[in-house]
Amino acid sequence: MKGSLIIVGFFVLGIVCGLFHWLPDLNSFGNVSYIVLCALMFCVGISVGHNTEVLKSFKQLNPILALLPLMTIVGTLAGCSITSLFLPHRSLADCLAVGSGFGYYSLSSVFITQYRGPELGTVALLANIVREVFTLLGAPLLVRYFGPLSPISVGGATTMDTTLPIITQCSGANFVILSIFHGFLVDFSVPFLVTFFCSL
Amino acid sequence: MLKIVAIMFGGMAVGFLLRRRRMSWIMAVITILIWLLLFFLGVDVGENEKIIYGLKDLGLEALFLAFAGIAGSVLLAWGLWVASQKKGGDR
Repeated sequence: MKGSLIIVGFFVLGIVCGLFHWLPDLNSFGNVSYIVLCALMFCVGISVGHNTEVLKSFKQLNPILALLPLMTIVGTLAGCSITSLFLPHRSLADCLAVGSGFGYYSLSSVFITQYRGPELGTVALLANIVREVFTLLGAPLLVRYFGPLSPISVGGATTMDTTLPIITQCSGANFVILSIFHGFLVDFSVPFLVTFFCSL
Repeated sequence: MLKIVAIMFGGMAVGFLLRRRRMSWIMAVITILIWLLLFFLGVDVGENEKIIYGLKDLGLEALFLAFAGIAGSVLLAWGLWVASQKKGGDR
């Protein structure tokens, strides 16, 4: 939660700087942010490739429950495509790109800004922050009404880090490996799905 | 766009090769890069009057999309849970 607040803080600081034109030569920003994005993806790759212990623990998973990441992806995309019917000024691909953040607001908003401009990038940032915050606040209720898998599914790409503690608490400690597995796969799908829907 | 995905795979290969080393600093680097990029996104938004005046509508749109995605994933996760309980009744 503290991490999210800091990130929002940087976003707001950027808005203030942009509003008052405190930074000179802003047109070159597009290029700088692309280079930073490439550096970020390289580091994300390193952190994934480095983490071989996590991969080994996945062997103990119940094969039916291992379908959960697929449920999360299909369910989210289905919900977002229905939404696109009510947002006439947004294309189906735009709505799916926003949905494909799965709560990973930092990466998805940066990607979408790069390819679709800051307006949709802002929508992606807000929508995916809402998803993470909803997981943190709503997990106990979700477990009560929809079973122990529901907060993991709502948590999307965040279930291996930021929302793991609350999921462990609400769904139970025997869902920790599933939660990490789910976060790992969904997290991994974000750059692929977001770039795919942005290119449509 | 393919370039970025290729860069990520390059990073994965490097990470795998360095798997015996401690790399806890990489998370700190990722966090700082994300701060920087969101700051840039903020600057883009702040400079763009159209977005600033439309922020309320963009926020509503975001809420709408977030809850549609949440609802869809909750329903399927619930279905999977019910199915897994039926099949493995003794667990």
